[in-house]
Amino acid sequence: MSEMAPGLEGLLHKVLSPVEPPADLGQRLESTLMSLTESAAEELEAWELSAMRDPRNWVRPAAAVVVGSSAGVALVLLRARQRARPAGRDPLGARSAAERAVGDMRDRTRRLLG
Amino acid sequence: MADQPQKSKAQLDAEFSELYRAHLRDVYSYAYYRVGNHHDAEDLTEQTFLQAYRHFDRAQRESHGRPLRPWLIRIAHNLAANLYRDRSRKPSLPIDDTTELAAAHTTEELVEGRDELGRVLDGVQQLPDDRREALIMRFALGMDNREIARAMGRSDGATKVLIHRAIKQLEQLVGAPQADTGETTDAGEPDE
Repeated sequence: MSEMAPGLEGLLHKVLSPVEPPADLGQRLESTLMSLTESAAEELEAWELSAMRDPRNWVRPAAAVVVGSSAGVALVLLRARQRARPAGRDPLGARSAAERAVGDMRDRTRRLLG
Repeated sequence: MADQPQKSKAQLDAEFSELYRAHLRDVYSYAYYRVGNHHDAEDLTEQTFLQAYRHFDRAQRESHGRPLRPWLIRIAHNLAANLYRDRSRKPSLPIDDTTELAAAHTTEELVEGRDELGRVLDGVQQLPDDRREALIMRFALGMDNREIARAMGRSDGATKVLIHRAIKQLEQLVGAPQADTGETTDAGEPDE
């Protein structure tokens, strides 16, 4: 802004000085925002409760559990097989591989749910 | 790049409250100079913050720590544009305020000052919308070029040129003030 005439700059500062908002605007806005926040939280709570009372809304969570469990079991079997393969003649190696896979599965489940 | 941890609703609300308190005057000033009256300025300010509240989470994530004032002003700018499109009318600057602004001066200065302020205000009103807006952001809100650029969706260079042209045009419209004749009036245009 170095190219600006200092007198004109001063006049512009006066002409376009900041304008204080009316006091009641601030209060009104704050109460609007607060009521929005509260009603949003209440709506969400009410929706969650009512949604879970309706059996039609159980389908998706139930499907998710079934799909998740199947995938988990498949993963455990696959890992157990992979880990058992190099130590195929050692039944203890296969068993510990299965245990590790189950442990992995437990960790993953905890992460997913947590 | 790692994702930022999700903020809780309460934390977001607290941060929004802070933003609102810090920039209520800025948004209101901008709205007032855009629409020209307190009634519409209040509506515009309210709408701006309500819209900002809805998108605050995303704006925070995408701002990468940069100030959110240009974002707020951009919302107000878009809402004001919609308001004028709907009402099919042009905004006007509040002429009456020259009386208030000159109130602190002596009687002699008052007449001359009011006249001068009136001419500047008139000149600002005659500027194209984008030039007038840039001046509002610079003088009423004290925004720097970078902030103005972000608020207007332009590059820093384009904004510098825009402000320069706004000042030049305003100088021509109001006539160079007597105290200002000199080296500052014939400066070259900044590079874009």
